[in-house]
Amino acid sequence: MRLFGVLGALVAALFFGSLVIGPAGLGLGESLRALVSGQGGAVVLVMQEIRLPRALLGLMTGAALGLSGAAMQGYLRNPLAEPGLIGVSASAALGAVLSLQTGVAAAFALALPLAALGGAAVAVLLILGLAGPRGGALALILAGVAISALAAALTSLVLNLSPNPFAAMEIVYWMMGSLADRSMDHVWLAAPFLVLGLVLLASLGRSLDALTLGEDAAASMGVNLARLRLVLVGGTALAVGASVSVAGAIGFVGLVVPHVLRPLVGAQPSRLLPASALGGAAVVLAADIAVRLIAPDQDLKLGVLTALIGAPFFLHLIWRLRGSEA
Amino acid sequence: MWGFVPSSKALLLAAVLAASLSPARADAPGRVVSINLCTDQLAMMLAAPGQLVSVSHLASEVQSSSMVEEARAYPMNRGQVEQVFLMRPDLVLAGTYTQVSTVDLLRRLGVDVVQVPPATSLAEAVEQIRIVGRALGQEAKAEAIADAFAADIEAARFAGDSRTAAFYYPNGYTTGSGTLANEVLELTGFANIGADAGVTGGGILPLERLVMAGPELIVTSERYPGASRSEDILVHPALRVVQAQAGVGLTSGADWVCGTPHLMAAIAEVTAARAALEAGE
Repeated sequence: MRLFGVLGALVAALFFGSLVIGPAGLGLGESLRALVSGQGGAVVLVMQEIRLPRALLGLMTGAALGLSGAAMQGYLRNPLAEPGLIGVSASAALGAVLSLQTGVAAAFALALPLAALGGAAVAVLLILGLAGPRGGALALILAGVAISALAAALTSLVLNLSPNPFAAMEIVYWMMGSLADRSMDHVWLAAPFLVLGLVLLASLGRSLDALTLGEDAAASMGVNLARLRLVLVGGTALAVGASVSVAGAIGFVGLVVPHVLRPLVGAQPSRLLPASALGGAAVVLAADIAVRLIAPDQDLKLGVLTALIGAPFFLHLIWRLRGSEA
Repeated sequence: MWGFVPSSKALLLAAVLAASLSPARADAPGRVVSINLCTDQLAMMLAAPGQLVSVSHLASEVQSSSMVEEARAYPMNRGQVEQVFLMRPDLVLAGTYTQVSTVDLLRRLGVDVVQVPPATSLAEAVEQIRIVGRALGQEAKAEAIADAFAADIEAARFAGDSRTAAFYYPNGYTTGSGTLANEVLELTGFANIGADAGVTGGGILPLERLVMAGPELIVTSERYPGASRSEDILVHPALRVVQAQAGVGLTSGADWVCGTPHLMAAIAEVTAARAALEAGE
């Protein structure tokens, strides 16, 4: 339980940091008063309409990525399963881009998260189908590489063909993710789907614990494997789809966070899931604070930072798996 | 086009008369191709009939060109060496930011290229007309149009206290000091928030700093067709509030892009905005 206390305090501190750090250089007391007080005034506007949505989105997308990474790794019993690496985020981005460029999202706001969710769901189903329920690391990663590449290519194609000159420049946003200049509108758009996804995934703890003993043992303990799979696909699609639709694809969070936390929870999925949600939120909030401090006027993408930390982890994992699979 | 400033019409008429009385220089280039939006428009104003062979495709795009109608009369080019060379030009008009490789290759193929720097001030805008005029051998016409333009600019100069204004474009992009747009604001009685925030040329002004500055005039841009995340900021709730609190708002169109005499239409819009602010007091 001490771990959850530490993680909770870390997330709270980073959420607070995200609220008080920004280019306007507001005073601490002044900005906090503005956050809780009522109407009017430029400071209130900055706090409630610019910084609060950014901090909330960092919290939510981070939790979604951390939790979905932990859940997929638990289900596939493979430490490399991560929404970014296996193409779920890229497919969600493709869905989001399609809904935006066809104009469906402009006509019907919910089309954006729904399309991203659809893209994510297709990718999760493809991965489960291609890699199999007990797919080896190689099959999983190869399927992920193929799905990622295809989704990224189609996203680039759609954005390049857009009549909007800014669209093609945004390929990097959809692949790397950013929380710059988001508003409460985006929070309200994503939150219902995202929270539902988090709840579904968090409910899998017991079943995933049982699954560590093998599928037969889990089934004999009363785990409905078909239902587990359905909830996993649905929960991942909801959480990752909603987060990508408003923040782009932020990679490696779902890989690094469960990997770091696993030894601390005794490799028990039911404890790893909530810990990874908190850990993911902390990583994305920290990355978002860092991009504001490193390059305040450049809109450095979040995925750049998470990949700089995550890619070496990925290499380390491959190095370790090399011995066990050879 | 410049009918809202009476003096310019008369001067332009004088320019046209002067031009018709004094034909182009004997050694003027016979076939001219322009591959830059701003030189396209200046060349269309200055060239003798038949002298200008082609303008760039941007000249016929409503978002960027003030002379879409005129541009219809010319075949368009996309600025590629192959296409331009096959038009057998004696002179190519390009911008200084036109791809270096294009300009180099054209010169190696023996084509005369005149590169016209983009106007970063009103004085440079007036000077541009003379540069293109010299290149086309249309000095007298260019001189008359430049003089009329300079006189129109001076006539628009606002005397009195400055109000605050800001440009706000997709991705939070703004134009600060050392730009033509900044001089337009100064001319018409506005102080540019972007320039005060230390932005030189173009740069990002974080939305929260715009909110804190609370300008009295906000100049934004039209949304392009299709969708982009970059333009989402133009409908951000915080920007909406700042726009509502500002006295006036404008959208900058093609007339702001180049420093041609069409800039007077932009100046007239800002002047009207300034008058609206005064009236609102």
